[in-house]
Amino acid sequence: MCSYITEKAPIFGSAKGRHGWMRVDTAVIYYDHPVHVPLDHALNIDFVDSRSKERVAVELSADSARELVRRIQAALDSGDAIHLGSAEADPLQLASAS
Amino acid sequence: MTYRDITCEVVKFTAHNGEQGEAYYARPAGPGPFPGVVLIHHIPGWNEFCIEAARKLAHHGFATICNNLYFRMGDGDPDDIGARARAEGGVSDEQMLGDVAGAMAFLRAQSNANGKVGIIGFCSGGRQTYLSACRLPNVNAAVDCWGGRVMADPAALNAKQPVAPIDFSKDLNCPMLGLFGNDDKEPSPEQVNKTEAILKDLGKTYEFHRYDGAGHAFFDWSRPSYRPEQAMDGWKKAIDFFHHNLG
Repeated sequence: MCSYITEKAPIFGSAKGRHGWMRVDTAVIYYDHPVHVPLDHALNIDFVDSRSKERVAVELSADSARELVRRIQAALDSGDAIHLGSAEADPLQLASAS
Repeated sequence: MTYRDITCEVVKFTAHNGEQGEAYYARPAGPGPFPGVVLIHHIPGWNEFCIEAARKLAHHGFATICNNLYFRMGDGDPDDIGARARAEGGVSDEQMLGDVAGAMAFLRAQSNANGKVGIIGFCSGGRQTYLSACRLPNVNAAVDCWGGRVMADPAALNAKQPVAPIDFSKDLNCPMLGLFGNDDKEPSPEQVNKTEAILKDLGKTYEFHRYDGAGHAFFDWSRPSYRPEQAMDGWKKAIDFFHHNLG
């Protein structure tokens, strides 16, 4: 598609990159030409630490990405059922509320 | 005529707003005079494919500069810098035009330059080639390799890319060669046909070639989109076109 169109999501988390674990605060998502996976177009996600600008990148086929979305939702749903009532607040919600 | 003896190095040049840019510069050895080519890299960045393409053009007698459009975004692997550029919405058209104008001036300032300069670009660089050929003075030839978004949906325009290149077509001031794959979605064959119709109506000098069995980025040997037969023919057409218009 040759575009610079991206979706960006604020996140709170960690990712393991070339220098070990790091905090990541942004996910940059785009469906365009990948660098490595042997496809013309892929769903690409960069988990980024905006301070160091380091990233952990993944490139997925479109079907893989859709399946991942479903599995993430399923994992969240089952986790919510198990951990319902947990007092832990998500730092991302705290940050957006402040 | 080809040149086995070529010289390649990373050079500094005066980019947009007088900033010091960096570029890969590959040129044939010898007194010349040699025509120049600015090679605009594709959206993934200033990577090996584009560097190698610069060497190929030098092998065929063109002093070729491939300026790094992302030099302001720091050092690192080209794909990491490309990702950073994408996350920031890419480079603005005005900044790109300033950088390309600086690269052209660098070529013309060389003692063995013949004074003629062409532009070639791939993917987003094809779009930027089209725009440069319309907006910059003294471009002598342009080769648009499957430039996407030359025709743009108004919703896709933004502060960095505020006007679709097609809207500057009346200002095209040099011969243009277009190379496209018929399986491409961006630009689609329909978009290529519309672009050609506009250039024809305006009386511009152009030649478009469309390849069956090829889609986007069919020159790129590092991707599954590579189509060797179509790529070899496309390269020959581009090199012949530059020899004809820059020699």
